[in-house]
This record gives sequence, structure tokens and C-alpha cells, in this order.
Amino acid sequence: MTSVLPAWLQARQQAAQKRYESIPTPKRGDEAWRFANIKQLNFENLSGTALAADPANLISRSVGLESPAAKFVFLNDELVFSESSLPDSVICLPLAEAFEKHSGLVEKHFMKQETRLGSVKYAALHEASVKNGLFVHVPENQIVEGAIEVHHWISGGVTVFPHTLVVTGKSSQVRVVDVFHSVDGETAGLAIAFNDLCAGQNSSLDYVAIQDLNEVSRMISINETSTARDARAKGFVLNTGAAWARNESLSRLEGPGAHSDMLSVSIPDREQEYDQRTFQHHVSEGAYSDLLYKNTLYGHSKTVFSGLIFVDEKAHHTDAYQTCRNLLMTDDCEANSMPGLEINADQVKCSHGSTSAQISDEEIFYLQARGIDPSRARQLIARGFSVEVVARLNDESIEALVLSYIDKKFNGISKN
Amino acid sequence: MSLKINNLQATLENGTEILKGVNLEIPAGEIHAIMGPNGSGKSTLSKVISGHESYIVTAGNILLDGVDLSEMSIDERSRAGIFLAFQYPNEVPGVSNANFIRAALQARLPKGEEIDAVGYYKSLYEKMDLLEMDRKFTGRAVNEGFSGGEKKRNEILQMMMLEPKYCILDETDSGLDIDALKIVAKGVNAMRSPDRGMLLITHYQRLLDYIKPDHVHVMSEGRIVKSGGPELALELEENGYDFLKEPALV
Repeated sequence: MTSVLPAWLQARQQAAQKRYESIPTPKRGDEAWRFANIKQLNFENLSGTALAADPANLISRSVGLESPAAKFVFLNDELVFSESSLPDSVICLPLAEAFEKHSGLVEKHFMKQETRLGSVKYAALHEASVKNGLFVHVPENQIVEGAIEVHHWISGGVTVFPHTLVVTGKSSQVRVVDVFHSVDGETAGLAIAFNDLCAGQNSSLDYVAIQDLNEVSRMISINETSTARDARAKGFVLNTGAAWARNESLSRLEGPGAHSDMLSVSIPDREQEYDQRTFQHHVSEGAYSDLLYKNTLYGHSKTVFSGLIFVDEKAHHTDAYQTCRNLLMTDDCEANSMPGLEINADQVKCSHGSTSAQISDEEIFYLQARGIDPSRARQLIARGFSVEVVARLNDESIEALVLSYIDKKFNGISKN
Repeated sequence: MSLKINNLQATLENGTEILKGVNLEIPAGEIHAIMGPNGSGKSTLSKVISGHESYIVTAGNILLDGVDLSEMSIDERSRAGIFLAFQYPNEVPGVSNANFIRAALQARLPKGEEIDAVGYYKSLYEKMDLLEMDRKFTGRAVNEGFSGGEKKRNEILQMMMLEPKYCILDETDSGLDIDALKIVAKGVNAMRSPDRGMLLITHYQRLLDYIKPDHVHVMSEGRIVKSGGPELALELEENGYDFLKEPALV
């Protein structure tokens, strides 16, 4: 594919490259990287050569929803498969093609918000390097049944920059699921992903990211969601894979009646580390945001959660909630939580909190008294802990897909 | 065939003696009731039989059809045929009732064998109908947001599904209104069988109006101090436990 990039993008990429080079690498002591393992930002261990992979094999391994509205498979940001039964009015294209065919529309929405949760350097690198991903534009009043499913295969050896840009017109509806996989279990790769979600007035936009990379790979994913008047955005992140993953998620509530659900389930094991930073930005009055992140930690794993609810001066009548809950399955795991709240308006309802707990003996006793052995009992309780978040997706088929990755993870843990 | 408790003595981890030599035999086919004042050790007895690890058995043993349970874990005892209906059943968030009971049944199957889903739901629904439980309870998380009565009915549902040899019901009647009590009793009575023994732990005669025991025992300070027929419960209802305060007749 030798398409010529639009001039605006070329200019932005050049500027972004300069920014990337001039911005210093985060260091210990930076507030946005508190508790973070800065060593993970040394990317020199990548071989620089992509491992060879057979697209046909990957396509057959891209098992997802029962009947997706459209399905795309990428290998190292190259499209290798697509099929769609979407209505003609919906634009749903690989980003590389959309840059060419819908340049103006992409430009209008592409990476518009300021990255403010620490990864400004990596957002610049993403902007400078992005080649592909998915562009979805749903016109006014169009309800998309089913979900758009995207598989991103990362062969390892190189860095990929998948980008998902979803724009919903007034009173429309769409659901998009990204799944991040590694081609093999041994080759280290790096993904610096970005998802831009722009929920137009009174629309409904659900986005689900499933991160299931191999345990030597790393991922930075940056999410920016804007929610207009009466729009409903739902973002969900599942972390089961990778050696290290950093998720930054920013949701801007831009109109009255806007509603943002920010959800996450992470199940780290062994030495895995997940570092999540969130920002619920209430720009408009009368908007609602609700964050629920749950971590179930095994082995020597580590999580960091840092969340801020920020209510602007004029954002009266805000409803904003933030909860991070950690379930500690071993004595050696480490969960760090830093919930935060800054309110500059009147008459707001806000709460934030975090908890860390182990499964109590009494809970285990109840299940054991029904004949369930203690390790299975612990697994059932831990799964139930995650299921509570998954159930908020309110879509049977997507819930089943997410649960299949959760179950795969738990099954792997029980074999340890 | 019986659940036989011989000179059972148990302490808390800190050494406090709770059971001070309990002797009791519940033959298959019989229903026994234990009554007694608060703090007499009734609930502890039920937990010790189940194998709860907060209690240390210092003497005596429990035999299930002649098999000593001493070395068996909580789940092994359950699979061997002991069922404890909890006084305060736990909530299990995120685990649906149907999946929970299924996991308990699955635990009783040999490795590699799977529960037949169609047969399972048929059996589950029959029992729920008998207990007048709405079908929506299959999909709800175990005991989460259930009222006190719903939790107790759910215990009986689990008991009916697991078909244990010996059932221990720890204050199943507490917190139930009369209608719920009747429904719970209907479930328990449906479980009556020549192959099954039951132990009812209760404060009140009221439960025994609906589930007729063969024998009634009074427990006090960690021992069974009096045993008799169903009439003993009526006597206790009438006179309370004051007789316990009198010097024991030798």
C-alpha cells in the first residue's frame, strides 16, 4: 500500500516527531508516573525485525463475537482480513484508507485532546508513527446492531501503533471491540495504541479493549473520550496479558446529560504490572460519570491506579463516581491506589474510593461447605469479582467474549 | 447407618472450650432437634461437624455411616454427605445461583464428567417451584440482595439439589415469617427419607410444628443435657430453660 498521506497529516506527523524527540522520558518522581516502573519505558530490547507470521493462520485464530457487524484483522498494523455487513451509510474503514478517502472527516476528530495523564511523549510518538487502525463514522440516527470486531496481531520484534477512531452522529449507536494478541508466546513486542472516541449528541458509543499480549510484550494505550449532550459513552478495558501495560483514560463530559462509564478488569499474575491512570473531566454542568476498575492480583504482580475526578467551575449538578477495588490473591502482590477529586463547582454529587482485600475464610467456608474445593472456591469468587464489572457491558455477546479471555486467564492460573 | 458424634470436645483457637463432650447419634431416617439457650454451643456443633477450621477438636470424633470425618476437609465432608444450611448464608457476588449450585454438583462428579445442562435445569426448576422461588433467582448472584427469607429458601434449594445423607439446619427458622417458614418446612419435609438423617438447630418450638422431629435434645454449656421425644420441645416452650439452673440431679 503506497498511498500518499494527506498534507495535514504529514505536517502533524513531522511536528509530533519533533515533540517526541524534545520531550524528556518520564523519570522517577514525576507525579504522573508515581509508583510506576520507569524501567519498562526502555524499549531497547526489541529486535527491530518483525517475526514472520502467516496471516491465514492468524485469521483463523481471530475468534471473536458470534455474529459481528464487521470484522477486521490486522498484523503489525497491516490489514489482512475484513468483512462487513454494516449499512452503507456507516463508514468503517482501515485508518490508512480513511486518511485517503475521508481526509477531512478524519482530520476533524483525530487526536484532538491534550494528553494529560503522563504519556504525552508516547502520544507524540504514536501521532508521528501511526499508519493504520480503524475509522468508524456512524451518521445521525443510525443504530448499528451487533458490534464491530477488530483483532490486532503483534508479531513481536517491533513497535506497532494501532489507532481506533470512532465518531457517532446525533442519536446513533455503535459498539467496537479491539482485541490485542501476540503471534507467539516468546517474542517481545510493543504496542503504543490510541483510541479516540467522539460520542455525538444523544448517541451511544461502547468501546471494549481486550489486551491479551504475551507476557514479554508491553503496551501503552491512551484513550480519549468526548461525550456530547445526552450522549452515552462506555469504555471497558480488560488486561490479562503483557509483561507491562499502561492505560491512560480520559473522559470529557461536554454537554448536559452526558454519561460516561469507565470500566476495567485486570487480572495480573506472576510478575505482570498494570498501571492505570484516569481522568473524569466534567466540563459541562449536569453530566454523569461512573468509573469502576477492578484488579485481581496473583503471584508477584503489581497494579497502580491513579484516578482524578475534575469538576470545572461551571459544571454544576455534576454526578461523578470513582471506585477502584483490588482483590489480593497472594501475599506477594502489590496494589497501589490513588483516588482523587477536585471540585470547583457547586451542588455536585461525587464520591471516590478504593479498597484492597483478600478473600475471607468465611467466604471460602461457605463454598467449601457445598463441596467445592478451596482452590476452585477462590477461583469462583475471583471470577465473580470480575463478572460484576463485565455485566455492566449489557451485551450478552460481548460479555461472553470478554469472559472467555477472563476464563482463559483463570484456567492458566489454576494450572500454576 | 447414622451420623454419630462421640464425646466431641472442641475449643476456639485461643483455647476457649465450647464443646465439652457431645454425644449424639442421628440414625438415617430420623429427624433430631437440638434446642438450648444462646451460647450453649449449638451453632458451634454444626460448624465442627462441617469441619470449620476455626475450631480445634481436642477429643472425640464424628462418624458418618461408620467413617471417621476427623481427617477430612470441609469440602470432602460435604461430598461425603454432610450438608449445613447456614444461619447467615454468605453472599457470593458475581456468581449466579445456577452456576454456584452447578459448581457444587460438578465437584461431586469424577474428573472429565460434565453435568447434563438440560437435566440440571429441569431438576433446579422443579425444586424452585416447590419452594415458590421465582425463576429470576437462577440468574441472580448467590444471596446478594436476597431478603432473610429468600436466603433461607436458597439454602434449602441447595440442600435439595445436593441430596446429602445428613442435613444440619442451623436456625433455619430465624428471621422467617410464618408463610416463609411453611414453605421452608415443605422443602425440608420433601427431603425426609429413610436414607437421610436431619439435625435441626432451633430456639423455637414453632419450627417443630411444621417439621416433626423424632427426638429433641437440649444443649447447655457444650453438652447435651436432656433428651426426649417431641413433647420435650413443648415443655421447653412452656417452661423455658430455667430447669438448667437448678442443681443437676445425679
